[in-house]
This record gives sequence, structure tokens and C-alpha cells, in this order.
Amino acid sequence: MMDRNQHTFTEEAKELLTDLEEALLAIEHDPQNMDLVGRIFRAMHTIKGSSAMVGYDAIASFTHEIETAFDLVREGIVKVSPELITLTLESRDHIAGFVNLVADGGTADEAFISKGTTILRRLQTLVPKVSESGVSSKSSAEIKPEVSAGDQKPILYRIHFKPPENIFLRGMDPLNLIEELAAMGEMEQIDHIDKVTANERQDGDLCHSIYDILLSTAKPAEEIRDVFIFVEEDSELRIEKLYDETPLGRDKWQPLLEAMRASKDTPTSSLRALINETQVHQERVKTDAAANPAVSHHPDQKAIQSIKVPSERLDKLVNLVGELVTVQARLTQSATNLSDPGLTQIAEEVESLVSELRDNAMSIRMIPIGTTFARFQRLVRDLSLELGKEIQLVTEGENTELDKTVIERLGDPLVHMIRNSIDHGIETPDKREAAGKPRMGTIRLSAAHSGTNVNVSISDDGRGFDLEAIRLQGVMRGSIEPDAHPTEQELLALILAPGFSTAEKVTSVSGRGVGMDVVRRSIEELGGRIEVSNKQGQGSTITLKLPLTLAIIEGLLVKVSSDLFVLPLASIKECVELPPPNARRGNGGQLINVRGEIIPYVRMRDYFRMTGELPSIEYVVISEIEGKRCGFAVDAILGDQQVVIKSLGRTYKDVKGISGATVLGDGTVALIIDIPPIIAAAEREREQLVRFDTLTTNEIKNNN
Amino acid sequence: MARVIMTVDDSTTVRQMVSFTLSDAGYQIVEACDGKDALSKLGDSATIDMLITDLNMPNLDGIELIKNVRTQPRHKFVPILMLTTESQETKKQQGKAAGASGWIVKPFSATQLVDVVRKLLK
Repeated sequence: MMDRNQHTFTEEAKELLTDLEEALLAIEHDPQNMDLVGRIFRAMHTIKGSSAMVGYDAIASFTHEIETAFDLVREGIVKVSPELITLTLESRDHIAGFVNLVADGGTADEAFISKGTTILRRLQTLVPKVSESGVSSKSSAEIKPEVSAGDQKPILYRIHFKPPENIFLRGMDPLNLIEELAAMGEMEQIDHIDKVTANERQDGDLCHSIYDILLSTAKPAEEIRDVFIFVEEDSELRIEKLYDETPLGRDKWQPLLEAMRASKDTPTSSLRALINETQVHQERVKTDAAANPAVSHHPDQKAIQSIKVPSERLDKLVNLVGELVTVQARLTQSATNLSDPGLTQIAEEVESLVSELRDNAMSIRMIPIGTTFARFQRLVRDLSLELGKEIQLVTEGENTELDKTVIERLGDPLVHMIRNSIDHGIETPDKREAAGKPRMGTIRLSAAHSGTNVNVSISDDGRGFDLEAIRLQGVMRGSIEPDAHPTEQELLALILAPGFSTAEKVTSVSGRGVGMDVVRRSIEELGGRIEVSNKQGQGSTITLKLPLTLAIIEGLLVKVSSDLFVLPLASIKECVELPPPNARRGNGGQLINVRGEIIPYVRMRDYFRMTGELPSIEYVVISEIEGKRCGFAVDAILGDQQVVIKSLGRTYKDVKGISGATVLGDGTVALIIDIPPIIAAAEREREQLVRFDTLTTNEIKNNN
Repeated sequence: MARVIMTVDDSTTVRQMVSFTLSDAGYQIVEACDGKDALSKLGDSATIDMLITDLNMPNLDGIELIKNVRTQPRHKFVPILMLTTESQETKKQQGKAAGASGWIVKPFSATQLVDVVRKLLK
């Protein structure tokens, strides 16, 4: 079982390892950057320290060696080399393996340990100071065997102590140390003042005291020395045994103290002589270490800046907020129906609170996409080395925030697409040179907001998709007729079909035919879409259009015939009345003039093939997505409202134009409109109409 | 009033261990993740009774933090405990010169920490 500290350690270590990897990849391009060296060193140092703290000594001792290497780099003794980076990356993976192992409650087997030894041995050839076994981290203050006071005879010590002058400025008070001594047995002290100038004495910050102490204790001399542990090196400290036979009680110390008071330099030998002279023997004295008063009251507050919360709790919170939004809608509805001003006011307040609560809860779930981007640098580096290609990964928009579920599920599809780009997209350096391109290929990974979506795109400047090869594959697989002339978009869409691959040979990187359809499926499960664009010979771009959030949106509630629909408010620009002449015209004339701008619109009634009586006035909701405007004609606009998106389940997942459903305040179900597919469908229809038009026109011409 | 101890460390694990251990021992804990954070918190919070700091930290390291704290009238004589490692002898000496009261070598046990804190925080 892991305790809470070990759990914190594994979480922390994972973050540090990610940071470490980033820094290592960055330093490859900038070997002189001492900030990066510092960052690498610090990550290792922290991992070492905290793993040792929670008892993972094996991790600590392995990490220690890597830390040592980077300490030498920091001091300029060892230079950053590609070999060192590769090796450190391997070490980093080894540590990560270790961390995962202990996180799962496992222990390292022999193979794992010998892998570590191999890494260290290789590191040793680069950095001779590293030891291959990994030093055992010695525990600092070893626990001393407890000697109970009763078993030992007390011994009389003389302690001469001159603290460092700056002891106060080091946050210590010599009197505290002396008190500690007093707690060890019987004690008397004589204070002397060192010879100092008047000026020096004036400075209250400095200490000029010299203490001459008699202590009778049964504790060993080392324990006395331990009292001074933090100042010993800078103090004058002498601990001398005066007398160790029959215990000498405090009442017999008088002559000794007088001698000590007389001069701060009374030799110990003369004190010993004094004891022998008097030959005073005392019964043994029981010594009790003063018990430390146990402090047990709880601290009243802690200042914590950020806390880690298991993500299930967050999910639960968001679900609850979702429920709350639904209930709030019901409250608003009831308040309206009852038309009680008091209740209405409460409902309005609840509405604004709920809306704020929702935004807050949602923002907790948002994390910057950069966290996933970081791992790809490594992927690109390793794969391009393996394939003998030169590729750089450029990332943009790392700070774009997305829902955490989306980000979590985005990782694998992105890995897949980047692998594809490296393997199929970017050519070998020689081929690139022959094609007049720079030897180094570039893969660009970028993220940006666009309305309610976030677009994540991966583009490369490689050879692009070979449309002819895709067509042939399509024909072979029977998805295209041999004599058909599919458009470029239709061909590109084939890439996303199951089992499609044009890779000439199966490499270790990709080309096994389980490809883009898996990517497409995961993106669609997230409510997103994929767009592919291509420039043969110049590269390709794949854009993932992902919804900003999966749970709750602001929506515009509209009515078409007897049904209710929700349009995502973030994509809506304005609403206008549809002038009656437009309304009466059928297909083909679906354009509206909004202050001089001609905007196409889709009549929802037609799109969803709904019947029912047309209202006297229709409205057009104008949406704008990526600069393109499009209208939706509806019967009535009911207002804006927060809606909780509920999935329609597998059965309806292929219905184009609907992204989900929501339950309204009065219990009615409204469908949530997915705008882009509707626009796309309308455009296709229009194109066909245009084609049909040109065709007929041509026929007419020919007939003439 | 519980005594207030500020723990400064860029490692969450270490900070948490120090924090848990010392709150169990009855102290009130303020956490800071590096020297800069510590200074800003010292700036606006009331006086602390003790500072526990790591040496190697981003932004502002332990040595600089100690030097700076010692220039603050309020914290001129406050005990400062450094967390060091076996290999940091030079750093330890620098820390002492800067005004640290004591040190504890990582890894340490809860008992060791509480003992040292009690020793320094009389």
C-alpha cells in the first residue's frame, strides 16, 4: 500500500519527468543554455530527494548518478553532447518506469535493475565520476541506540563553549543550547564576556559570551556534542570528562565553580586536582531528561495555494452542476408561470449564480493542450532518428484550453497522425533536397479557438497525399467505380475509411492499415470532425475540429413546427425576420439580404422534413463559423438558455446535424443542432443544383 | 497560538511531508514553492516563527532566500532550517554563512524533523 506521501511523490515525479524531457529536448538545440542545464539538474535533484524521502531508495540512488553527471555539466567540466542527451533520456525513461512500477505497488525485477546498471555503465564512459552501482543514500542522522539514563552512572563534564559571534543572526540563542544541556542532567554555568571593544559591545546583534559549564549526566559525550551540532564548526567547544567515578552531586561543585568564576581560562587539570583534594563522593543522582511538553492542539489554518483533486470528483461536480442547471431551468419556468414577483426575483438570482457556478466548474476542467504537445517532441526526435529523417516539430497555441476529457482522449489520435506524417509525409533528406526543399522537414502542430470549437491541426511539408494512389486503393477496395471521377475531397475522405493504407511497406512506425479510421472514430466520439487538405508534393494538413466542452453550453432555443431545437449561442451572430417574399419562394432562392450582405440560409423545416402550418412570420438565425455566415430559418425564437448536453447514444450517432439533446425546464426534450454538417449539406445540394443547371444549359445549347 | 513555520521547497512531496509532520506536531504551516514565492508570502503575511527551506530551487534559491530574510527586521533572528543532501557540503557552508541556523539531511524521518524543529524553535 502506498501512503499519501508516496502517492504525492509519484504524481510529482511524473510532472518532473515531463519537464525533464522537455528540457532535454530543448537543450539538444541549445547546448550552451545554462538555464536548461539548471532545470535538468534541479529536476533530477528533486526526484532524488523526494524519492529518498518516501523510501524509494533504488530510485534515489539511480537518479543520484544522473544528477552527478549534470552537476559536472553545470560546473562546466562535462559538455552537453548528443550521446549524453540520449543517455539521459533513457535514464529518464528508466526512472519513469521505476515510478510506474512503484505506483502499481510492484518492485524492480532483475532485468529492470540490470537495465539500470547498463545505463549507468554507459554514462560512466561519458562521465567517469559516475559510479555504476549507484551510491546508497546514507541516512543522515542515524538513529542512535537509546541508552536509558538509569543504567549509566552520571559523569561530570566540563564544557567550554564560545559561540560564533553571529549566532543570533543565525537564528539561534546560545542560552537555548545551554538549556538543552541542563535538560540532560545537573548543570551549572559561569558566563564570561570576551574581551571586546566598546563599539563591538554596542552591537546587540553580536554575541561575545563565553560559557564555562559543569554538567553531570549519564548520557554519552556524543549526545552532549549533538546539542551543538549546528554551531560546532564555528564555535570554540571543549567537552572534557572531569570525573567519572562515584557521582559528584551539585552541592559539592562549589569549589569548582569558584575556581571557574575566577578566570575563564582555569585549566581543567586544576579542576581535577580540586576534586581529588576534596574527595567528595556523592550518591548517584537520578537524571531525567526533561520531557518535551507534547503539543497537541491542531493548527487553525493552512495556507495552500493549489490542491490536487482526483478527476472523478471533478466529473462528479460537473455532473451535479449539470443537474443543477436543469433544475434551475425548471425553477425559472415555474416562476414565470406563477408570475409571482418575489419568486421571479429568486429565480433570476439563482440563474445568475448557477451560470457563474457552471463557468467555474467548467474552467476547472479546462487544461492547456500544451501538456499533450510536450510528449510529441520526444516522439518526433526518436522516430526521425530511427527512420533516418531530419524533422523538426513546431508547436503553436500550447495555451489553448480544452476540456480535460477531450485532451486525454486526444493523445493517441495525435500520436497516430504524427507517426503518419513522419513515416509517409516527410521524405528522406536526400529526396527533399532533390525536390528543392530544405533537408529538414517540418511538422507543425497547432491549436486555436474557433467559435465553440478548438481546431487542432497537424501539417507537414512532406510529399502530401498521392491522390492517384488513393484512387487506385479505393478502386481495389471497391469503394470507387473504376471509371468514376471522384473529387479531391471525396478521395481524401477515403483516407479516413477503415483499413485504408497506401504505405508501400509496413514499417515499425506505421502502415499496418489500422489507421486513420481509428483516429476518426475517436474524434467523432468526442463530438469532433476531421478535415483533410492536401497539396501534392507540398504537404498535407489534417485538422481536428473539437468541441470546446462536452457538458454544458449556452444555447439559443428555437421552435420549428411543434419541436424545439437548441443552437449553440457561441456561433450565433444575430436574428432577423425573414421577409415574406423570401418565405414564399421555394428552393433555390434561399438567400437573405441582411443590411446589404447576401447570406444563404437553410430552412430547418425543409432540412428536417417537417410539416405543419407555416407561421405568418419566420425568423432567420444567422450563424458565423470561421468567417462564413449562414442562416437558419425557424418558426420562432424562444430565448437563450444554458443547456446540459446529453448524448443521444449509439443509435443516433450518425445522424448529421444533431449533436445531442437536452432536457428543458418543463421536461420537454430539445435537440441540439450541430451547425457545420447542415451548412455542408446545404452547400452540396446547392452545388448539385448548379451542376444540374449547367448540365441542362449545355444540353439546351447542344440541342440547339 | 500555534507557532507558524514556513516550509519552502519546490518538491511537493517534501513540502507535503514537512507540512503533515509539523502540523501533526502542532505547528501552523505556510507553504511556499520557491524562494520568490516565500519572499512574497513573507511580505504580506504576519511574522513567522521559523523557516524551513530547500537549497536548490528555481527562481530564487535557498541561499539567496536566507540572505534576504536575514535583512528583514522582522525575521532577522528567526531560526532557519536548511534541507540539504549528502552531496551538498559547499551549499551547506554557504547557507550557514548566509545565516541558516541548522540543517537536516534528506532523507530524514518525521521524528528527526520534529526533533530538529523543537531544538531550533525554543
